Formats: sequence, structure tokens, C-alpha cells
Amino acid sequence: MSEQLHSLPAETLTLSDAELAEIDAEIAHAPYRAAVAIDALKIVQAHRRWVSDDCLEALAAYLEMPPAELEGIATFYNLIFRQPVGEKVILVCNSVSCWIKGCEGIRAAVTEHLGIEPGQTTSDGRFTLLPITCLGACDRAPVMMVGDNKFEDVTVERIPAILEQDEGATPG
Amino acid sequence: MPVIRVDGQDYEVEAGGNLLETCLELGMDLPYFCWHPAMGSIGACRQCAVVQYQNEEDTRGRIVMACMTPVTEGAIIDLTGDRAAAFRRTVVESLMVDHPHDCPVCAEGGECHLQDMTVMTGHRDRHYRGTKKTYRNQYLGPLIHHEMNRCITCYRCTRFYRDYAGGTDLAALAAHDHVYFGRHREGTLESPFAGDLVEVCPTGVFTDKSLVHDYTRKWDLQSAPSVCTGCGVGCNTLPGERYGRLKRIHNRYNDEVNGYFLCDRGRFGGNHVNDAPRIDYPARREADGRFRALDQAACQAQLADCIAGKRLAGIGSPRAGLEANLLLQRLVGAERFNSGMDDGEHKLLQRSLSHLVNSAARNPSHRDIESADAVLVLGEDLTQVAARTALALRQSVRNEAYRLAAELKLAPWQDAAIRNLAQDRRSPLHIVSAGSTDLDDVAAGHYRLVADDQARLAAQIAAAIDGEPSGDAAVLRIRDDLLAAQRPLVISGASAGSAALLDGAAAIANALARAGREAMLSFTTPECNSLGQALLCRDSHASFESLEASGAEVLIILENDLLRRLSPERVEALRERIPIWIGIDSLETGTLAYCDLVLPAAAFTETEASFVSQEGRAQRAFPVHPPAEARRPGWQWLLALARAAGNTALVALEHFDDIVPTLAGEDPVLQGVMRAAPDHQFRSRGLKIPRQPHRYSGRTAMAADVSVHEPRLSEDRDSALAYSMEGSAAADRPAALLSYVWSPGWNSNQSLHKFQADIGGALRGDSGGARLLDELTMPAVAEAPRPEAFRRRDGQWLLQGRHHLFGSDELSRLSAGPAERAGRAHLYLHPNDAQSLGLAEGDGVTLEGCALELRIDASQVPGSAGYAVGYPETLALRSGQWVPLSVASDWQRPPQVIGSDREAAS
Repeated sequence: MSEQLHSLPAETLTLSDAELAEIDAEIAHAPYRAAVAIDALKIVQAHRRWVSDDCLEALAAYLEMPPAELEGIATFYNLIFRQPVGEKVILVCNSVSCWIKGCEGIRAAVTEHLGIEPGQTTSDGRFTLLPITCLGACDRAPVMMVGDNKFEDVTVERIPAILEQDEGATPG
Repeated sequence: MPVIRVDGQDYEVEAGGNLLETCLELGMDLPYFCWHPAMGSIGACRQCAVVQYQNEEDTRGRIVMACMTPVTEGAIIDLTGDRAAAFRRTVVESLMVDHPHDCPVCAEGGECHLQDMTVMTGHRDRHYRGTKKTYRNQYLGPLIHHEMNRCITCYRCTRFYRDYAGGTDLAALAAHDHVYFGRHREGTLESPFAGDLVEVCPTGVFTDKSLVHDYTRKWDLQSAPSVCTGCGVGCNTLPGERYGRLKRIHNRYNDEVNGYFLCDRGRFGGNHVNDAPRIDYPARREADGRFRALDQAACQAQLADCIAGKRLAGIGSPRAGLEANLLLQRLVGAERFNSGMDDGEHKLLQRSLSHLVNSAARNPSHRDIESADAVLVLGEDLTQVAARTALALRQSVRNEAYRLAAELKLAPWQDAAIRNLAQDRRSPLHIVSAGSTDLDDVAAGHYRLVADDQARLAAQIAAAIDGEPSGDAAVLRIRDDLLAAQRPLVISGASAGSAALLDGAAAIANALARAGREAMLSFTTPECNSLGQALLCRDSHASFESLEASGAEVLIILENDLLRRLSPERVEALRERIPIWIGIDSLETGTLAYCDLVLPAAAFTETEASFVSQEGRAQRAFPVHPPAEARRPGWQWLLALARAAGNTALVALEHFDDIVPTLAGEDPVLQGVMRAAPDHQFRSRGLKIPRQPHRYSGRTAMAADVSVHEPRLSEDRDSALAYSMEGSAAADRPAALLSYVWSPGWNSNQSLHKFQADIGGALRGDSGGARLLDELTMPAVAEAPRPEAFRRRDGQWLLQGRHHLFGSDELSRLSAGPAERAGRAHLYLHPNDAQSLGLAEGDGVTLEGCALELRIDASQVPGSAGYAVGYPETLALRSGQWVPLSVASDWQRPPQVIGSDREAAS
């Protein structure tokens, strides 16, 4: 592993003091540094919206683990973003309950309103649309999230208000 | 032994195994992917399903994974029945959903485990009509080609690369149906065992890049058992040839030496036979200094002209076979024969030999090394010097895990469970070295000392084991760990150049043996036949100095580049004393420029030779193909020279096999070399053994522009192998003559289990090779004086050599891929020393007339300077030398070696 750290480019990206402070707080509770990998990725993402290659390498060095191993963790979880996303990420559930209750129409309404397909970001950088498998509220299908807000029993008609004013949000 | 019932028939089988390996041992065909005999079971691929019944009354049974099911007394399983077969067929069909139909253009085609298993399960028609996923492949460096689309996610690659070989830069990325095996960024795979992925991957995700670009199918390859010439370990290899070119090197299984794996120097470092400038014709240097090629008659006349009636001297070679060296020694006389090494190296090897012979500790094979439960490495970065030994040590540290598993009655093949159980608990490995090593990540302790201090520490440890009190925490810790073990192992070698260190290593092993432990002692050797040369010259060795004063009129140099061992001035001086030089070599070395007569030797793929490994194991390499043009094996040139010299004792020799029995005389150790392989009269079922598989396409239009006639088959008069597809390829042929592995239905290298009596055990035809040292007696050597403790000097730095897997040896850097991996030599300094000199990473440093790029390395002992051994730019440097360092003012970073085929990978 020492070779790995040695081979990092000299001017590598450094994480911010705020990020490091939060990561250090996690490390204080962990048996070894790499154990906080998932939390640390979430911290970096909270500060930067997504985890770039440079961030990943800097974080791996800080956690004393090989970048490939951290990349394995980062890419295992679909809500750790390894590509840039908009200010708010729209997650439209497409699992069984929501599918029965018409999630495809919800997704189409979002696409029509914002002009983006799943995986795309609006040109003003406000929204990124992603599919997701289950948001844990099947009894309220169809369900979607915008940023940190969850919306239940979504209808096509509610989409503009949900996207523009977060109308009808339930605490996630 | 338990009795199990398979498909209605009872078998008595070994206890403790799993059903998969047991069925394979019984000769049955049961498909699998993720299980590997060296890596155990994880039950990931679901391919080896069988139906197991609880008892005679149970008619339903349940599907179990054979690889995860232990053998139990009275077990009843159904292997070939419809339910199990349908399950296995479905598994393959689902794996094939995303597998491309690119077998015709895949480098794995024809030796693909996935192909074999698909056919074996009977899956033929694909029902899936959807699209297949397409991945972007990565550039993984000059050696390995990546084709992710072919992946079946068996996880063998990461299990080998990370779990078995300790690599960190290959991982399973993403999840679900888009798992990706690759690096976090494009770039060279860093593990020295990355090449094993080619053989570990059951399909064509990781393939040999040089083979991909110069391709021949396995069934069209001619191959012969060979031995790696990369270092002193002596791994068994199977080079494959077509059209006179070396296409690839595969592992050749030897349970005592390399098992299933090779290092990348061995796998890719042989390409120099294609890549490096070669000599095809004998040539004489004319008055104008240029070489003029000679035809056969002119050559013979020249040989006679040069040496008849002259006083001869000879320089042998640790990279040439023992037979050629023996011939040269007898031709010139032992008193004027140099083994090919300088006196310092020769004496260190004699010392190692003496310690091995006189120690009460066992001189271990790799299988023994893997069984060690505590290890002390003295002065070696094993991954760089003897990489396969380092891989064996990585397995030895797992003995603690196996011990913990045994307490819980977990079978050793339960790979995932045992790794989970053990976590970071390992058997102790202590490494004493001049800088960081690639085994540090699994070491219980590492101690960074210069060579003299290493020797002092070793002596203290030996004394402490004998009961002498010590206040040194490191000494006590190492002593306690070694004494707590049943099978402690001490490994050292000549890399540090210290006689006292060898003595220290032997003293520790002897003290452990006295303390009642099953101690083991092993020394690395630098080249493939270094130990053979040490054996050959144990009674008489002419140093380079004594050759100068020998009064010889002709010097015969066998496959040796003197410029790697002596300064140009010393070579010039020798040249002035001996008027005629005859050089025999396969490579165009700098030394040949000093020669009057140059004779083209066959490369390691074209000649028979015996090499003696660091274990003292004599092993035979056979020619894979006949030498082209006027190249001839070194031993044949020496016979021609003997005839020209009128040496009556040697002219009677006819066959390769005649050399050792005739010339080794009463020396039982050298005579033992004959046991390495059967002689040329051996026949299997009355037939020679073919080098070509039975599907070999003999006919080819490759030479149709020259002649449309079929070329005549070459004859091999010197071995039991034939340059033919005809003969006996029986599974029980001697291991030393195993020219390829293939079995009906098993086209891939996984067919190996058909050649083993027990999975992972010896081949049916024995292990191959002959251990020589067990019969050797030698006088004990006087102990070297204990060196002074290291004290740094003002303005001077103590040089300490660092070895590199690619670049420090003579041969690997002559191949294109490894040369790129070797890069350029660096100088290493401790951060404080660099600061005191006002140097930064990447600056140029001048020492002894050469300029090297600086690497700042906190593992370098302050006051010492590390340098890359064996690079052209560092040949003048010697470990243990004190040198001043200065900033290279007008220094510019030299250009990187350019990747040969980066664009081809994209």
C-alpha cells in the first residue's frame, strides 16, 4: 500500500478542513481508519455533491487504504455519485409497487417538465434525474425524492409544484 | 477413509476434502469456475451443483454446491442426473446472457475454461434475445490486455490478485449486473503477479498482451518443458512457439517449486528471444573492426585456426546450462575456468552452499516454505529478487488463519470463512532490510538497517535464541516469534553482499534447530544457474585477476556479458593480456564487441540445459523449437571447439546426455543432474513424446512465398521429445517431459487435475527435478568477521542496492513490455538527507560519474543512499561503497520509455 501512496501525484487534491474534521470525528469511533469509508464518502459528497476521482484518491490516502478498494465501496452504492450531479437529485422509484401505480408516467412527467432523461442534468445545473429501486414507502406508491424531500402518492399533475416549490413533501 | 456414493456407485475417498475436488480426483467431469485448487472454495459461481440425498430413503434430495460441501461418510450424491445437470446448464446459460460471441477473435479461444464448461454442461441454444452489456476496457499496462465484456463475475481475479498475491490496485467495482473488475483509474497493474490473471481468469478478460498482438491458438503452439531463466528460483515454464517465435510462456505445474503461479518477470521476460538483437551467423572480426559472417566450412577453419595448440581460458555463465559450463571447464581446465562471476559473488555463493550443506536446518522447497509458521527475512526484498518465493511467504503468513480454522474444525478450503475468521491475524513475518519491501504489508515487524547492521542484528538474534540475554526489543521480539513456532524459516541471500549476514542467517537457523524446532534455511541466488556454477567450481575457481595472469592465449566466453560484472577498464585490461577472444552468445551483448570470433548460441527456447535452482534442485529445460539459421546450442559449439582443439577426451561425446556422465567423473552431486529428467532413450509406450498437440495444424501457407513444399520435420536426437504431434502424450508421462497439458473436454490449463494424483499434489509422473544438495558434503566456512556498526559520515553516503523485478536482471529488460515496466534507475534518500542536500523529489543527483533521478523515501536508512541495481546507468555502483553526492546542475529528466501499444488497448 505504501507504494500506492507514493505514486500519488505531488500536487494532489486535498480535502477541506471542514470535511477532514467531520471524517476525524467518525474515525474517533472506529477501530481503524478504513472502517469509516462509507461515512467519509457521504461526508465528501455532502460537501461537494459528488465524489470526483481526485477526491476519491485523496480520501483513500487519508483513510490509508488502496484507492481501488475505496472505489469498490463507492461504486457499490448507487447513491454515492461518481459523476457530477445537479443541486437536487430527483429519484423516481421504479420498483414493483410504484411500477403498478404508474411510476413510468411520473418519470415521463419529470422528463417533460425539465427536459432531461434519467441520468441527465438540467442545463442550469439545478436537477439530476435518476431511477431508484425502492424508497421504502411502498404503501404510498408511487414515490419519489427531490433532494432530501420525499413525496408520496405522487400524481402527474403534482410534478410541477413538487419540482418548483417542494409542495407536499413528507419528512424523509 | 470415508465411502461416498456417486451416481449409485461407492468410492473410498480421502477425508477432509470437498465434493468437487473429490469428484475431480475420481476422474469425473464436474464443471466449476470460481473454485481454484490453490485458492479454495467460495461457492460464488453455482456451477458445480450436485444433488445430495440425506439417506437411502431420501428420494428428493437437495441441490448443493459440491465445492462447499465436505466429504462425509456415507454421503450420497447424484452428479450426472437430470436435475443436477439441468441446474448446471441453466447457470451457464445465464452466464452466457452477457458473454459476447467473440470466441473466434478471442485470445482465450481454444483453451477457454468457459468454453469447456459450456460444452460440458450441454448448453447449446441460447434463448436470450435481448441486448448484451458493453463495457469500456482499461489500459492495464504493457503486459495485460483487458476485455471486460467477457467477464462471468466468478471473482477469481480479485481473489488471486488481492487475497492470494497481496495486490491493491485491482478491485471488484460497482454491483448487481454491472460488476466491473478493473483499476480505479486506467494504468499499469502493479502486482508482480498480474500475469497470472491470464491463467486464473476462466475466460478472456485478462489476456497476455504480447500473445494478443502476435497470436497463435494453443493447439497450434509447439511447446516443451522449460525452466525460467529470470532468477534463481527455477520456476517450471511452458514456452509456446510458432513460426520460430516465442508466443507466450505459461506456468508449468511443479508442486514443490512454483505450483500454479509464475511472476511477471518469468512470464513476460522471455520475449527477449524475439525482441532483442540476436546473432544468427558465426562471424570473424576483420582488420577494419567489422564482423564478417562465416559459412560452415570457413567457421570450422577459423575455429581450428584460433585455438589449435593454444593455451585456453574460459569464462562460463550462471545463465547458461550446467552442461555447457561443464564442457567449457573441462576444455580449458579447471584452473583457468571462471564460473562467470566475480570472486566476491563466487565466495558468497560458496558460503551459502556450505551453510546449506552443514546446517541442521532443512533447505526448503516452496511447498515447505508455505508451511512455515514464523519467518525471518534477512537483507532481501524477496518480491524483487525471487518473486515466487515472496508469493510463497504470503501463503506462509496464513498458517495462523489455518490454525484458528482448525480449532473451529473449518476445512482449509473454506476460503471466505477462514479469511473472515482470521481478519488481520497472521503468522509472524519479520523483515530486516535496507528499505521498504513489497512484503511489508503482511509483516509483523520490519527493521530498516544497512547490510552491516543487518548482520550484527542477525548475530544477536542467534545468540538470544541460544539463551544469551539481550536488551534489544527487536531481537527479543524476533527471537520469541521464532521460538514460538514449530517450523521457523530463515531466508537470506547474496543481494546485500554481506558474508556476515549469511553467517548470521545460518547461525539463527542452527540455533533454532538446536532448540528442537523443525528449522528451515534458504538462500536466494541471483541467476538461473548460479548454484550450478557454485557446485561446478566448488574446488577450483579462477578469478578474473588470475585469468589475466594465466598466460592463456585464447579466452572463450560462454553466454556472459562481462560488462555487467566488470568495469570497461577491467575488460580492456583482460583483453590486452589474452590475445584471442571467442564469444558464444545468443544475445548481442557489449562483450561480443571485444571478441575476434563470435559464435551464435541458441536461446533458452532452442537448447537443452540443466539449471540448478536456489533450492539446489537440478531441472532440465528442453528446446521448444530447433534453432534457426546457424545458431547452435552452446554445448554444441563447445564440442566443435573441442574438436578444433583436438581434445580427445571431449570429441567422443555425441549426445547432450553424454556430457554429465562422462565429464562429471566421480562427483556424485554433479552426476545427480542426470536424475533431473529421463534421457534421450526414454520412450512412453514405445514412443517419443510429442511437443505439438494432436490438433496442431502442420500445414500452413506461411512460407508459401518461398516454397510450397512441406518442410521436413526436425529431428530431436538429444531428448525423448519429438518436434511432432505424433507420439505418446499419456497422462502419466514423467513430469519433466510434460510438454503440454490437455485432456479430452478440458482444453484449458484446468486440465491439469487430470495429471495429478491428488488435487494440488504431485503430478502422476512425479515432481520433476533432482535435489542435489542432500548428498553434498562440504567443509564448514570460517565465520566472517563481525562488521562494525554503521555510522554516518559527513558528506558521504553508503550505497545500498535496491533490486527491481523488472530491470535489475540482465534479461527481462531486453523484452519490450518488461523494459517499459523497468523504466529508469533512481536514487533513494531519506527526506532529511535530501533536505540537507537541498534536493527535491525528481531532482538529478550525480554520483560516481552517473546522474540519477532522486526518489525521496522515508524507509531509506539516514546516511545511506539506495540505488537501483543492475540498470545500465548503475552498473558501476557497488553496494557498501561510500560516495559523495552532488546536485546534477544541468540535469534533465530522461524521457520515459514509451508504451508500445497504448492505442491498441483503447
